Amino acid sequence: MTSKTPIELLSRPANVSRRGFVGGLSAGILSVATTEAANAESLADVPDRGPGADLGAHSERSRFAKIDRIPESTPGKRNIDPSDAINSKTPHQKLVGNITPTDLHYERSHSGVPDIDPAQHRLLIHGMVRKPLVFSVDDLKRMPSVSRVVFIECTGNGWENWKKADPELTVQNTHGLVSTNEWTGVPLKFLIDLVAKDKGSTWMLAEGGDGAGVDRSIPLTDEIVNEAFVAYGQNGEPLRPAHGFPMRLVMPGFEGNLNIKWLRRLKFGNEPWMTRWETARYTQLLANGKARQFQLRMDTNSVITRPSGMMQIQPGYVRISGLAWSGHGKIAKVEISTDGAKTWTQAQLSQPVLSKAQVRFQMDWVWDGKPTTIVSRSTDEQGNVQPDRKSFIAAMGTNALFHYNAQQTWSIDEAGRVRNVLA
Amino acid sequence: MSSHNKLVLAGIFAAGLLAAPAFAFDFGRPATPDEIKLWDIDVGPDGKGLPDGGGTVAQGKQVFSDYCSACHGENGQGGIKDRLAGGQGTLASSMPVKTVGSFWPYATTLFDYIHRAMPYPTPGSLSIDETYAVTAYILSLNGIVPADGKVDKASLPEIKMPNRDGFVPDPEFDPAKLFHKK
Repeated sequence: MTSKTPIELLSRPANVSRRGFVGGLSAGILSVATTEAANAESLADVPDRGPGADLGAHSERSRFAKIDRIPESTPGKRNIDPSDAINSKTPHQKLVGNITPTDLHYERSHSGVPDIDPAQHRLLIHGMVRKPLVFSVDDLKRMPSVSRVVFIECTGNGWENWKKADPELTVQNTHGLVSTNEWTGVPLKFLIDLVAKDKGSTWMLAEGGDGAGVDRSIPLTDEIVNEAFVAYGQNGEPLRPAHGFPMRLVMPGFEGNLNIKWLRRLKFGNEPWMTRWETARYTQLLANGKARQFQLRMDTNSVITRPSGMMQIQPGYVRISGLAWSGHGKIAKVEISTDGAKTWTQAQLSQPVLSKAQVRFQMDWVWDGKPTTIVSRSTDEQGNVQPDRKSFIAAMGTNALFHYNAQQTWSIDEAGRVRNVLA
Repeated sequence: MSSHNKLVLAGIFAAGLLAAPAFAFDFGRPATPDEIKLWDIDVGPDGKGLPDGGGTVAQGKQVFSDYCSACHGENGQGGIKDRLAGGQGTLASSMPVKTVGSFWPYATTLFDYIHRAMPYPTPGSLSIDETYAVTAYILSLNGIVPADGKVDKASLPEIKMPNRDGFVPDPEFDPAKLFHKK
């Protein structure tokens, strides 16, 4: 692809007259951002400058920027008592850039968020090792660290669209269970050396300190041994409790449930333990009644976040923007179709494009006012192409529940209403 | 130089080659066998890790009524949380019902999960015998253990769950092949 300079980005899209472009530009900016519509029609209406609020110990988001996650229980059950929530979804339609704000990173917890005093927390590493050891949080912080921008995605992301499409869903509803943060911690490899792991150990059990004691069997492939780490930092600060404070496993590219939060035990062995989470849950029920097990890697995926479900656009210039990610590595390209997947145009990727991290893509579009559908498809550096829904469902059936990565289609009607549809 | 000193020197030299362990003594502290035992609760599909003890279906019915039925329903069905019984024969239908009887491949996993995570408000509060008993009861609700049956460390891994052969490993992470390529 050819990357454009900022100046080129502002230039008029092809096939648009200057007059049409200018008219559409103002209309387009107002239309996608209806809730942020400007009220200062003249510069004289802009409020005067003056002294502001006192400085504080930490900063808050502007009271004019209303951005929240959505707690929900089982798929589609929203506006519930928080005590019934099992997850909380990231508002992708209101975010920009590649990184998810820390407080808006999605959350999926299986027994609430434990209130852990780091002074009393311990990590035990044992099993097929020569030297079983106990570590404190301070021990980890004294070790050599890595920082890495990584997406974490719940395997249930996209679960709203397996069997049908509710037209009233936003992208937060359909894709709010993936987020990207910078995580800081100690390489698994360093810990493996400390305890002198037996070479014959090929699997590792990682267990959390939450009420559910969530535990997963992790195969010790070269990739995982080289890339996994035990994180204590998130976007430059200690992990938030919802995300595993004081320490969690980070498994770049692998299903969210493997990134064990509130980590308190790693045990080395030579076969999987067949925990509830890799047998009764997070296995993919196929159409023939058999279930795929140990489908651990998150596949290549993308979604248009703007314009997306429940937004409204007007004829003229529209900036299409979205996010793409892959558990296989870097995103190589994202293509967008504005004519129902008949023709595709390559989008621009916001730099840097990092391995196993979300990347923002964008494209200029001029909407002619006719009903249509828009859809994105990503390709990663390994050549994996995000499947269209038809071929995805043909392979997986509609009962699999997890790892939904089919292309997301948004329909646009003659009034410019953007709605969730299956295509 | 005595042979003893030679050995010591060789040992120091070998440690120097392994960069990380050369600094390792400084991090963490040894874990004692007794404290490992406190946390080492996981159970493998072959029964490795199962504690001594056992329980009957009859005992488990009472435990279930006291601690489980409020969420899972009187007979493991109709509660607000996961359905535990029934559903056999539905997995290939458009409305699959995944329960212990219809979906779970290993009975050992049931013991492990109850022991570590249930009852939800007070995980780990059931005794080992109570855990075996309620495991037996849930299996009996699914017709896997008879109504007058019991389970223990020896019998639990021997149970062949109805859906034991219902799983196909992902080709990339198939445990049977993953580390045998070379």
